[in-house]
Amino acid sequence: MNSPNTTDFVQKGNELRSEEMVVNMGPQHPSTHGVLYLELRLDGEIVVDCRVHIGYLHRSCEKIAENRTYTQFIPFTDRLDYLASMNNNLGYCLAVEKLLNIQVNERTQYIRTIIAELNRVASHLVGIGTFAQDLGAYATPMFYCFRDREQIVQLFDELCGGRLTYNYMRIGGVQTDFPPHAVKVIKDFIKYERKKLKEYMELLTYNAIFLSRTKKIGILKPEVAIDYGMTGPMLRAAGVKWDLRKDEPYMIYDRFKFDVPVGTNGDSWDRFKVRLDEIGESLKIIEQAVEALPPGNPVAKVNKVFKGPPGEAYMRTENPRGELGFYLVSDGGQKPYRNKIRSPSFSNIAVLPELIRGLNVSDAVCVLGSTDIVMGEIDR
Amino acid sequence: MDQAQISKLLNEQFPGSVAEEQPKAIVIKKESLLAIAKMLRDSDTAFKSCHCITAVDRKDKIEMIYMLYSFKHRFMLNLKIFLPMNDLTVETLSLLWKSANWLEREVYDLFGVKFLNHPDLRRILNPDEWTDFPLRKDFDRPDFYRLPQSEGLKAGG
Repeated sequence: MNSPNTTDFVQKGNELRSEEMVVNMGPQHPSTHGVLYLELRLDGEIVVDCRVHIGYLHRSCEKIAENRTYTQFIPFTDRLDYLASMNNNLGYCLAVEKLLNIQVNERTQYIRTIIAELNRVASHLVGIGTFAQDLGAYATPMFYCFRDREQIVQLFDELCGGRLTYNYMRIGGVQTDFPPHAVKVIKDFIKYERKKLKEYMELLTYNAIFLSRTKKIGILKPEVAIDYGMTGPMLRAAGVKWDLRKDEPYMIYDRFKFDVPVGTNGDSWDRFKVRLDEIGESLKIIEQAVEALPPGNPVAKVNKVFKGPPGEAYMRTENPRGELGFYLVSDGGQKPYRNKIRSPSFSNIAVLPELIRGLNVSDAVCVLGSTDIVMGEIDR
Repeated sequence: MDQAQISKLLNEQFPGSVAEEQPKAIVIKKESLLAIAKMLRDSDTAFKSCHCITAVDRKDKIEMIYMLYSFKHRFMLNLKIFLPMNDLTVETLSLLWKSANWLEREVYDLFGVKFLNHPDLRRILNPDEWTDFPLRKDFDRPDFYRLPQSEGLKAGG
């Protein structure tokens, strides 16, 4: 480093020289939601440029998949987006089923839908709670959201014995059937959560401080969102009405009536609102699915070890954070030849420098919180 | 819209560019990738989104897969190109779709495919000091890794 030249600090006329400063945010930082490293270039308090460094959580899941049988890889998918493990399990199982051309029975379809939507509710609750926490609404919204999520987690715990990494879906079915009282528990939860959603609406959505922190912060235009390959709530908040469950229905989503919430400005508030509204829509789906739950045996009868037919399959599902895709290539062996995981957060974080350029550092934290990323699936 | 229509369109506009047609993908020649991608994005096919870019190591060649999505026609197109092991270079698509920037960096990091004219071709998941490409089939997993020599903290990365 050169020694500072004294003439640099001399005031020339009225022009005071200033220098840009590089600030490292992360990899250990409470509001980066994991080990994300942002290299911020600051002019005073304004972010001039940002470079995103990822890879601190890289566990080479794709390489591991090449050395495991199809069934053995299911627990690894839990560790991708660990807030929505059920959805990851489901996406992977659907991809393998597409490769093998397996049909599953009606009850399995319904149970999978209910579980996936419950996990979406749980995931969005964490997203909203931590977002409010990032904005400085210390503890209260977070604890409220985690209190509600706890009910879902306890149901899952009873179902499969895990609180975070469930490993519940199986190729061709699920691990266990619902216990007898599960339907009542879910119905009670829907009633409870609807009341609480109103509470969050009063607590946060139109709160003056919340509005002033989130409105018109980090505006994402729809064409930029599409250009970056973004999906999920981020894309919908930008005003693109696109939901895989509605537009290219997989499983049995075409049987349910629900809306797709869309934002208008694409700012942080819209992203929050879309997530909050999606909880309500998911509750609608769960309610209809629980009512129509058919009898049958959902426990899988597929062999633990099998050979995949040579070929490839790409299956994408609507995860809480966007479209999760599994691209499986098989050469006819017991293990996949290649398993590419196309994760939604990976695309959603790539846009961050565009969003936070020109904002204050505190607003950059707000934008990062509103993207609701999970590092586990970015780094895989 | 289906794959047969696209392949007909490609044969009309870029004669000789389609090398092979697979059940779920169109294999095109490496040289025509950029022109074809530009046409698919800007013409009526409206592939506005580059959903995913990935690669598969076929031992004698690397197979690149481009998944393009058209919101207008609700159609996902798989374009493939084959790269021989002695020439792992291909034009970047990051100037057409911004999503391609990071996706191509990932392919570079894990497979060692070099993207020409890429604005920022660095490793993305592995440390910068790495020399191996872990998703290649001939990757030999060592039992022990030597930590790279630390050169101290560099301001500005």
